[in-house]
Amino acid sequence: MDSTTLIAVVSIITAGVTIGLGSIAPALGEGRAVSTALTSLAQQPDAASTITRTLFVGLAMIESIAIYCLVISMILIFANPFWNHFIAQTTGG
Amino acid sequence: MHLSPDELVYWRYGFVALNSTIVTTWALMLVMTIGAMLITRNLAAEGPISRWQGFLEIVVTTIQKQIEEVGLHEPKKYVGYIGTLFLFIAVSNICSIVPGYEAPTGSLSTTSALAISVFVAVPFFGIEKQGLARYLRSYLKPTFVMLPFNIISEISRTFALAIRLFGNIMSGTMIVGILLTITPFIFPIFMDLLGLLTGMVQAYIFSILATVYIAAATRTREA
Repeated sequence: MDSTTLIAVVSIITAGVTIGLGSIAPALGEGRAVSTALTSLAQQPDAASTITRTLFVGLAMIESIAIYCLVISMILIFANPFWNHFIAQTTGG
Repeated sequence: MHLSPDELVYWRYGFVALNSTIVTTWALMLVMTIGAMLITRNLAAEGPISRWQGFLEIVVTTIQKQIEEVGLHEPKKYVGYIGTLFLFIAVSNICSIVPGYEAPTGSLSTTSALAISVFVAVPFFGIEKQGLARYLRSYLKPTFVMLPFNIISEISRTFALAIRLFGNIMSGTMIVGILLTITPFIFPIFMDLLGLLTGMVQAYIFSILATVYIAAATRTREA
């Protein structure tokens, strides 16, 4: 298998695996965060605005881990620097 | 595939290029500034106020209250900076409803610029509130061993701010583009709605995180 094919195969597989594995843990974390928030909302309804605001901030921080994985796999599929470098070499050389 | 609005260049001279990001940002700045100037031309303190003035008052007082609730005292000093962050990101995300519009926050350059401005603003407000010596000493705060970790955390949260906003907006537009080629009728509309919702949430998150960082930097520890 020449290097161009190897780069393509590895990039495609890595892109899929990155986003697949990378969204398991944030999803579990967000589920636990929301469930704890709902419990505390049921126990203290007057603190609803504070709990909701803190919940959203926490969810965004957890979500950013999944966003990092998504950005990596987007880069691998659409703006792959290794692929571009090798394609430029083969079309130029 | 069209990854970001940076790729569409309208005008180039040497290495200076006016791409779609810059032009859209200028258009947004123009609209918001002229709108605000028109609304605040004849401010009324009492008596019947125009609806637009009431709307602006709601926006400003809500932002001020949120800043106060997060724990940053004297919100009036910070409402200019944090309000600008929130309003710019919110307006640029909600204008995605206009057809043919590409949000400038979907480009890594805009979000990095906003994140770098937060990175500069936090020490600026911290030093203004506490003085240079006390602010620098706060980096040694739990123990002096934590100095490299405090610096690393400052830098990494700047990256996180930029990538979080960029990733959310860029993936929203890209998902709609991909779905349009697969199921072109109803589903892209739902993803567009979700994109609007996440745009507003991300604007809120960005400004609240900036507020939290500034609050941590200006928190004066009573001896």
